[in-house]
Amino acid sequence: MDFLNAIVLLLNYIFVPALAYGSQLALGAIFVTLIYGILRFANFATGDMMSFGTMVAILFTWYFQSLGISLGVLPTALLAIPFAVVFMILYMLTIDKFVFSYYRIKKSPPVQLAMVSIGVMFVTQAIVRIIIGPFDRRFFDGEKFIMKANEFKEMTGLNEGLTIKSTQVLTIFVTIVVVSILFWFLNKTKTGKSMRAYSDNEDLALLSGIDPKRVVMITWMIAGILATIGGVLYGLDKSFKPFTYFNNMLPIFAAAIVGGIGNPFGAFLGGYVIAFSEIFITYAYKKFFMYVLPESMEPNSLIQLLSTDYKFAVSFSILVIVLLFRPSGIFKGKVL
Amino acid sequence: MRQYANVISAYAIMIALIILVGIFQSWNVALAILNFCLISAVMTMGANIQWGYAGLINFGIMGYTALGGLAAVLVSVPPVREAWQVGGLNMILCLGIIVLIVFAVRYVLKNFPKSNKRNIGIGSIILVGLIILRLISEPAIESIEAVNPAKTGFLGGLGLPIIFSWIVGAFFAGGLAYIIGKVALGLRADYLAIATLLISEIVIAVIKHEDWLARGVKNVIGLKRPVPYEINLQSEQWFIDLVAKWNAGVLDLISTAEEKQAALTQLVIEASSVFVKICYSGLFLIVVVILLIITQKALYSPWGRMMRAIRDNEEAANAMGKNVVKQHLLIFILGSAIVGIAGAMMVTHDGLFTPGSYRPMRYTFLIWVMVIVGGSGNNFGAILGGFAVWFLWIEAAPIALFLINLFTSGLADTNAFKLHLINSVPYFRFLMMGIGLLLIMRYRPKGILPEKINIK
Repeated sequence: MDFLNAIVLLLNYIFVPALAYGSQLALGAIFVTLIYGILRFANFATGDMMSFGTMVAILFTWYFQSLGISLGVLPTALLAIPFAVVFMILYMLTIDKFVFSYYRIKKSPPVQLAMVSIGVMFVTQAIVRIIIGPFDRRFFDGEKFIMKANEFKEMTGLNEGLTIKSTQVLTIFVTIVVVSILFWFLNKTKTGKSMRAYSDNEDLALLSGIDPKRVVMITWMIAGILATIGGVLYGLDKSFKPFTYFNNMLPIFAAAIVGGIGNPFGAFLGGYVIAFSEIFITYAYKKFFMYVLPESMEPNSLIQLLSTDYKFAVSFSILVIVLLFRPSGIFKGKVL
Repeated sequence: MRQYANVISAYAIMIALIILVGIFQSWNVALAILNFCLISAVMTMGANIQWGYAGLINFGIMGYTALGGLAAVLVSVPPVREAWQVGGLNMILCLGIIVLIVFAVRYVLKNFPKSNKRNIGIGSIILVGLIILRLISEPAIESIEAVNPAKTGFLGGLGLPIIFSWIVGAFFAGGLAYIIGKVALGLRADYLAIATLLISEIVIAVIKHEDWLARGVKNVIGLKRPVPYEINLQSEQWFIDLVAKWNAGVLDLISTAEEKQAALTQLVIEASSVFVKICYSGLFLIVVVILLIITQKALYSPWGRMMRAIRDNEEAANAMGKNVVKQHLLIFILGSAIVGIAGAMMVTHDGLFTPGSYRPMRYTFLIWVMVIVGGSGNNFGAILGGFAVWFLWIEAAPIALFLINLFTSGLADTNAFKLHLINSVPYFRFLMMGIGLLLIMRYRPKGILPEKINIK
């Protein structure tokens, strides 16, 4: 019984939250990696683009709520996502046309494009803050829990409860769907293949008649979808605050690089690597050992490898270690 | 002379703008802007050495600034004897263990061939070291933080004049840069950017959460100043006489003695804060001028030419027998050390150290905007960028307010849209920075004052 309790404890505090957080990071990381692989620059505006998409979704959610439209147990924001995606794609294509395309045609070095993306970051951040303000916004509605701790305890008779929030399940489910469609698209369709060819070798792809404008446009569209969905899922699970989204850029970058930048599948797994290690290392295992070990050996301290304050530091350290020993990432991406 | 015409005119415009602020807003505001412009100028000079001279991208400026600030605390705050008694020995022991770990790892790296066994060995040395560190430091940290937590709760510093921290800050930042450089300099440019950005976040996390070091997010306030305090100035006879003399024209217009005295007191209070700011400006100006002379000399020395050669063609420079790796590391350390000075200057100016306020937007990306806008590779350009961007950063809100009122003048004052815009005035500075950066990158990619290389 104690052993089961211990497992439920880990599930409740580590596995489920990490899986949800990892999914959110994974979507962002695929976004980063696609831009890096096809447009060839590190996009520092990632976090703010995600917050832009989320902001539009929130505005639509409010609009629907004022009209009285809702999805019942599901959050209204799901209904707003398609509309937000359209706006996001328009925004990204506009930015590309007025900002990025000039440097792409000029074949500027990637560093310059990264600098330009910092300009975009400033502008996007300003737009988001001017429109919706810098404050914390919660836009979740519908049924909050799929399983509450008490219900689980009654059901199984265990001491430890397992709480599953509906947003967590929703996040994981949506991520799986989106990522599966994306991989199917990249691997099976002609457009997807042309994108991969363009990413692998630009000149060769151009020679074989691939239209670069189309590839770039489709990349931005996919990026828009990923950014909006990733942002909305994060906002539903936690809350929406422009500054947090800006900061999320850092673990997302870490995930993309750890997974091997330029490699979407690597980025997907990288998200989970980062999320799990963050939570594994900063979790206090005292209760776990209390269940597992006999009473005489019970620990006095928290048995915490690092305090939770260092959550971000953990993922960055992993990134630094990966960069040092395997700069192409765990799952080979573009070689440096 | 003609070749300096645009430099001189650019600086003249900048100074005129600050004087205009002094006339229309207040001299206090103008001097505050000037002081931060000078601090920003030091930061941009540091970043410019790395980016402009050597082409190294460093997004870790926030980390070095914070370390400079930490130096200011550790140098100027008097030591907390009680804390040292309860935990000082253990903390020194920990420092010794860290040094021991480093040397042990170096020894293993040097004396054993590359193999999986060696990797495991290094891993276990670090792991065992960390466990010992944890065991020794934990009780010490607890007892240190328990010492009068409302006021101290940390080890304190050396109790020296805060000016020394400017040098110490440079060494702190340089030390960090040495570690980062050893780790990350081999990476390609955009990876280096990301790596340095993330490492600076780690530095901030450590400073924020290690309360025994500098109180963490509880902040250290009331740092000693290198310049007089306003309160003391207001009671100094020579200062009151000076103010009276300066404002003689205004004071003579007032007839009754009582009113005259009241007006004088008011003037003294205003003048004291202006005087303090002028003192700071003087100190900062000295630093800027010294650094400018050194960096200019370096730029036109054989060393500067070598750096440019390395920047423009690494392989060719390498073929000519220049040690690219070593020079990159050197310039990374030098640039970061300058940023460290700026960090210490800033904390000296504010008189308080608030780790929570270090954010990448303000301390990394804004500095980069300054370097790019001003002109990378040109020290005068970098300084001008620091001045212009900081000026805009502060004055963006009033400018935005003016523009909003202008464009929405047709709307009623209670119009929801207008009110919303007016409420979000502070965020227009981001918009201006972004658009400014994008425009400069597009139409003047070398900055306002571009790099000039005289070929003789």
